[in-house]
This record gives sequence, C-alpha cells and structure tokens, in this order.
Amino acid sequence: MTDTVMTEKSELPVHMRRAEFDPVPELAELRDGPAIARIHTVVGSQAWLVTRYADVREVLGDQQRFSHARFLERRPPGMADLSDEEIAQARAGNLLAQDPPDHTRLRRFLIPEFTVRRMKRLEPRIREVVDENLDAMEKEGPPADLVANFALPVPSLVICELLGVPYVDRAEFQARSNRMLDLSVPPKERTRIARESRAYMAKLVAKAQAEPGEDILGMLVREHGDDLTTDELIGIASLLLIAGHETTANMLGLGTLALLKHPDQLALVRDHPEAVEPAVEELLRWLSIVHSGIPRVTTTEVEIAGQKIGPGELVVLALPAANRDPALLPDPERLDVTRGEMGHMAFGHGIHHCLGAPLARMEMRIAFPALLQRFPTLRAAGTEPGFRSFNVIYGLTSLEVAW
Amino acid sequence: MVSDEQLLRVRADRDVCIGAGMCVLTAGAVFDQDDDGVVAVLDETPEDIDAVRRAVANCPSGALSISTGTPAGA
Repeated sequence: MTDTVMTEKSELPVHMRRAEFDPVPELAELRDGPAIARIHTVVGSQAWLVTRYADVREVLGDQQRFSHARFLERRPPGMADLSDEEIAQARAGNLLAQDPPDHTRLRRFLIPEFTVRRMKRLEPRIREVVDENLDAMEKEGPPADLVANFALPVPSLVICELLGVPYVDRAEFQARSNRMLDLSVPPKERTRIARESRAYMAKLVAKAQAEPGEDILGMLVREHGDDLTTDELIGIASLLLIAGHETTANMLGLGTLALLKHPDQLALVRDHPEAVEPAVEELLRWLSIVHSGIPRVTTTEVEIAGQKIGPGELVVLALPAANRDPALLPDPERLDVTRGEMGHMAFGHGIHHCLGAPLARMEMRIAFPALLQRFPTLRAAGTEPGFRSFNVIYGLTSLEVAW
Repeated sequence: MVSDEQLLRVRADRDVCIGAGMCVLTAGAVFDQDDDGVVAVLDETPEDIDAVRRAVANCPSGALSISTGTPAGA
C-alpha cells in the first residue's frame, strides 16, 4: 500500500522541497505514514522515494540489490545529442557510476589521500587559507557576501591545491560546477558545459602526465599511471573537483546562517573548542544539504517498507527525511549542536560513503570557529539570503553579513 | 552477557573496508589506517568498548565487528 505524492514534471519532488532549513512537512508525513511513495524525479522519471532512516540505511548499505552503475548507464533524459562514446567517457573514473569491483578498484587508488592522518597534515594549510580569506573579508567589508568571500573560496582553494588544479582558473570552473548541478539549466546547455569541463580537465591531465606534481593528479599518474586510462584520470579529477566545491561551500554558508538564527548555539561554537566537533555533526544532520545522492536501480525484486518492488526500478533516498527520523534521535526537527554524533547519513552510507568526508569535517571544524571568532558580532544584513532549491545540493546563493 | 573468561575481540575485514576513516575519528586508540588508507586494528581487546561499538555502528562499509572469544584464541 502506498500513497502517491503527485508532482508536476516542472515541480521539485517532495524530498527536495524545503522551507529555509527545513524539509516541507509533507516529507515527515510521508516518512511517519506509508514511508515509501511513487514520485517523479526532476527529470521526470518514475521512482520510489524511501524516507525512513532504517530503510535508507539498508538501501545504501546493499550494493548487490541496489546498483549505482545501472543508473548511470542510462542516457540522461534530454541529452540525445551525447554520443555513446561520450557517455562511456563520462562514466570512466566516476566512482559514483560504478559498482564493485570497478568501484573498489578506483576507490582504493584514492583512499590514501583522504586518511585522517593525511588530513591532519593538511590542517595548518587549511588554517592559513581560512585566515587569508577572513583577512580579505575584513578589509573589504562590512558588509560582505559570506558565500562569495568565505564559504566558496575556502574549500575551492583547498581542493585545487590538493588535486593540482590552478586556482587562477577558478572563475570558469566554479561557474561550470555550479551550472552542472543546477537542475534548472536546460539539458542542451548542460551537455555543452559537460563537454567544456571535460576538455578543461583533459588538458590538466595531459599536463600531469607530462610532468606529475606533488598533488593527487600527480600521485595518480606516478603511482597508478599504468593502471588508469586517461579517461579514468579525467573522470576522477572531474568528480573530485566538483564534489570538493559544492558540498563544503554550501555547508559553510547554510551552516553559518543556521548558527546566526540560533545565537546561543553560535556562542557555544565560537567560545568552546570542545563544542565544535559535535556542532559540525549536528549541522550536517540537520541541514542534510545533499537531498538524495545518486538514485539506485534495483537488480532483483526487493521489499522496502512493506512495498514489493520489481527489478530495474529507480529508488531515490530522501536523506533529509532519514536524518530527521524520530527513530534516529528524539526531537529531530530541533537543531541542538551539543548532541551531534556521527550516526547521521549526510555523507551517505555504504561503499559510496563520501570519500572527502574527512576533508569536509576538517574544513568545517576549522572554518566555523575561525569565522565566528574573527567577527564576534557577525549578523545577517541587508538583502534576504538566497536559498537555492533547484539544485542537486541545497544551499545559499548569497548571504550578506555585517559585523 | 559476557562471562569473565570471555573476551571481546575487535575484528576488521580489510577487503570490505573503503577507507572512510570513521573508526579512526570515533575510536582512535583502537583503529588506524595504514599507508593504503585501509583499516588497521591497533588494539584487539580494548578497554573502551563503548567507543568501539560506536565505530562498528558508524562504519559505512560494515567492515568492523566485535566477537567474543576466549583469551586462548577462539
């Protein structure tokens, strides 16, 4: 038995609709009622939306019955002018488009670069980047746009240095990352941007192959150059660049606004170093900026929340619903930075759990307190913050602040 | 219930591990990542079993487990 949550093709599916920080109430009603529903995805495909914490966790943890690869094998709707070769190229090296053993092989090349110890070695450089951006913001304002002056440039510079992408090119690749995840951009335009982005990355990969540097691209060429095709190198680098930008940047922007709206909790993060780690986890849970990640395709008949689902069907995971499930924690709609823990699924779960999570955590643990200590009187000012909904990742387009 | 003779033993399946590092963040005295980024158990019979239980629960790939065994080795 399921209810059907009707959505127009042009309208966002229920798990992507938000009122500022909160998912719309219909999403909780679905989760606490039938728990699963038929929806149309943004591109108009029929899918099952899974909402409860336990069910989402089960799907994410089971790559046998819920395939990534089968979803990415499909031709993206509206992208008829992409050749089969281009689709194959776009999949190569994209960890999100693979199941084991292909996924395992690629991920193993990358995990040494994202260990906790490696992140600790990066910590001083991240602090420098944070401080430099705060210096620039202090000179320029008040007022200042926190997104353009802090939330975006900090993770952007960090991922560029880590990966080996020239930061001077940021205007063009930041614009491209942004447009590629923007669901209101027409498919033709997205195809064009994807081609442009690929051509850019191909140049960087060629450079690294000729002269490998002390960065991830250089490491991949030096240590795994014989195991990885050029297409795979381009795919890995493209994914890391986009993922390194759009996630932490939106957590920093939206997270700062959330703290500004909860001044007592903001003061805790600013004044008590031991409050920072749980606060970051609670913000990750409460904001759940990734609406759903990659849809899965069932490989066999499955049953979720009492619903039988045949093979070959799309399954979409409602991460904001799962992370606010009363089964996960009491009073889930409330932000309480003192109770943050890692059990949430803001970084996903299972074998595709965010590769960059240790980096994202490190960046946030440094950036939030540094920002709040530099500007103890920080406040939202001027124009209303711009929430962006029609995007793969939720966040702010701008946040004007003063101090 | 675990009797006095039984020991809780921490196990990690290195083939299943995806190197997310959550165990290191949750129970750094018990888990580490080797040069390949894959889990390494530093202490198979740790005192702080609560932290280990949290690490087992949080592990994204399901690579960690706690088993009971005798000190002689089961």
